[in-house]
Amino acid sequence: MAVTPTGQGTEAKTAALGGEMVPAARASLAPSSALATGAGADKDIFARNLSDELADKGFLLTTADDVINWARTGSLFWMTFGLACCAVEMMHTSMPRYDVERFGFAPRASPRQSDVMIVAGTLTNKMAPALRKVYDQMPEPRYVISMGSCANGGGYYHYSYSVVRGCDRVVPVDIYVPGCPPTAEALLYGILQLQRKIRRTGVIAR
Amino acid sequence: MSEALAEIAVLMEARLPEAVISHEIAVGELTVMVALDKIPDAVKFLRDDPSCQFTTMIDITGVDWPAREQRFDLVYHFLSMRQNLRIRLKARVREDEIAPSITDIHPCADWFEREVFDMYGVLFSGHPDLRRILTDYGFRGHPLRKDFPTTGYVEVRYDEEAKRVVYEPVKLTQDYRQFDFMSPWEGAEYILPGDQKAEAK
Repeated sequence: MAVTPTGQGTEAKTAALGGEMVPAARASLAPSSALATGAGADKDIFARNLSDELADKGFLLTTADDVINWARTGSLFWMTFGLACCAVEMMHTSMPRYDVERFGFAPRASPRQSDVMIVAGTLTNKMAPALRKVYDQMPEPRYVISMGSCANGGGYYHYSYSVVRGCDRVVPVDIYVPGCPPTAEALLYGILQLQRKIRRTGVIAR
Repeated sequence: MSEALAEIAVLMEARLPEAVISHEIAVGELTVMVALDKIPDAVKFLRDDPSCQFTTMIDITGVDWPAREQRFDLVYHFLSMRQNLRIRLKARVREDEIAPSITDIHPCADWFEREVFDMYGVLFSGHPDLRRILTDYGFRGHPLRKDFPTTGYVEVRYDEEAKRVVYEPVKLTQDYRQFDFMSPWEGAEYILPGDQKAEAK
């Protein structure tokens, strides 16, 4: 898993660990409470302390769980798997305006190398075994974002003879993004919620 | 435009007297009713005759009339790029009748005829590979027939024990609701399979 430093967030909990200044290695743009309320000046002080620490001792201390969670949330590889019109909004999300890659959320063409599957669109009966096969090919830990009304519960096609009434009948879903189709912004919010969920429930064995 | 279409209708009647049953020009479009077994003759004539040149096959579709003796309409659309004209052929098919395929005249008719077979269950003789094209593997019924229930008969679910996607009889967790109160058609009279709440009513 590629680990790229996306900046340091701060939280009171980790800062207090061990009595010394410990950097909380986490994705910076997540709605972290301390960061959200903190002014620019506090951030500067934190960064200065951090660099002083590094210059003084030559190393930084944190917990293994934090590092693993940081790595997991900061390099979620999503599988490009579009089923219907929602896929267009999914593309918008990865295009420069919303640019999910700044959160380390990068597209990947193979299920063997991806962590997240976005079920973007109507899941038909004929497609269901293929979707499940692709999901089974993904390595653990794996996450599923159900995008749009059709994937959430059949949506417009709920009473159709050929549509699965919610993709959670076929794969376990972590995040549901409502909308028909959801805007790129809504999907982006869903992605951030998934990162938050991984951070919150993050342990090595899922 | 209509004069040219009328000329083609007259020409068809003259040249294919046993194929053409009737013709009509409505809203600037020519519709020719054709005898079922003469469809290939009519299509071949329309393609090859220098004053027709309907060389582009646009669409084949069907219409279900459950109350009628000859239950289905087959509808063919053709375009003549040279003459800048369009034509529609219609033929009636009974449920137990087999329609002639036009794949040897227009190879692109292959998938259209497969679709008509899939959606209406009309068989085509002389088709090279008459399989279902759109619906699921092992699908039962023909969805665009009027007596096919909207929700179908089966739904899928991943079975944790079997480790695969399984088919089960459809069971609706939310009963079917008709929101179109202004509709003159009132919606379906029958109860959808799996709609237990409606049966209790």
